[in-house]
Amino acid sequence: MTDPGQAVKESSAPPPAVLAGRKALMAVIFGTVFGFLLQKGGVGKYNVLLGQLLLQDFTVAKVMLTAIVVGMSGVFTLHHFAKANLHLQPTKIGAQIIGGTVFGIGFALIAYCPGTGPVALGQGSWDVLFGMAGLIAGSHLFAEMSGWLKRTVETWGDQGKVMLPDLLHLPRGVFVPLFALILIIGLFLLEHFTHH
Amino acid sequence: MNRLLLALCLMPALASAADFGVDARNYSGGAWSPYVVGAGIGVLSWLTFYFADKPIGASSFYATVAGFIGKLVARKHTQSLEHYQTEPPAVDYGFVFVICTILGGFIAAWTGGEIRNEWLHPMWVERFGNSIALRGVIGFIGGVLMAFGARLAGGCTSGHGISGTLQLNAGSWLTVIFIFIGGIAAAMLLFTYL
Repeated sequence: MTDPGQAVKESSAPPPAVLAGRKALMAVIFGTVFGFLLQKGGVGKYNVLLGQLLLQDFTVAKVMLTAIVVGMSGVFTLHHFAKANLHLQPTKIGAQIIGGTVFGIGFALIAYCPGTGPVALGQGSWDVLFGMAGLIAGSHLFAEMSGWLKRTVETWGDQGKVMLPDLLHLPRGVFVPLFALILIIGLFLLEHFTHH
Repeated sequence: MNRLLLALCLMPALASAADFGVDARNYSGGAWSPYVVGAGIGVLSWLTFYFADKPIGASSFYATVAGFIGKLVARKHTQSLEHYQTEPPAVDYGFVFVICTILGGFIAAWTGGEIRNEWLHPMWVERFGNSIALRGVIGFIGGVLMAFGARLAGGCTSGHGISGTLQLNAGSWLTVIFIFIGGIAAAMLLFTYL
């Protein structure tokens, strides 16, 4: 399989001590647009987020799946023509099953997630402040335990960087359009069988 | 534990049969179609990959803030922690990105006439009453669990749920599936028993 690899030279340079210039401008623009879109999608609202977890409102699933289909198509095209790098996280089965489940339980309690929390704050849903305090405290708790976790839980089922097409031994050029089609069918089924 | 397993197995049945005391659909949803918003976020991810060489992500922001506070209170101890040796807290791209989502959320709410200025969402009040203290305790505990889980899994509903999944990262799909298993089970238990 051909991999355009490190297409964008910038990523190999050491990051500057203080964010400045073009990169800072990008962060401001992209962050603002992201927050704007999330609020317009309603995913900064308690009822929309809990509605998804109670399987009453499927707005969150629709937003995420559409973003995945559109994002995947463009990012893999850019990557193919060596215009973008992929940023893959290692697959760590133990840490991600436990971490995902613990995150999910927290999700049900706080309702807002790390990205939609700031959006809730921007729209004046002040209850998110309790959750944000918890997010900072939880990050600190993790940091305190990070040495031990790295030696134990994070080694359980550490697979390195794995992509779905690798698991099925399919070339990306085949897998991406096929998977996009499956997700689009999924979206049509969601739209057909749910009321929101 | 048995209850949790039962909830997991009966999730689809529970959703239609169980009475959670409220219906989320009775409250206002998104101003825009979820497909328009989803497509917009998808296009935004092309731009962040192309122009900034960064995926969209949010949860590391809170670790950065925790690191700043830690360095103010106990500088040596904080710097000695494994997590801050690999990820030293800095006002970096991700930090500015998340700060600006507050602004983006405000602009969207303001232009749409959706500024809420409230301590409790009406759906919370309808189901759990008007104690801000109860919401505070539940929200804080939720935040602690969420951040701990995000750091352990290596990302959140943005970093894994959008950026990782769209890159077909196997670990991201694994994480997101378990986020929803944990979240759906916990939400159904919470709304059934609290």
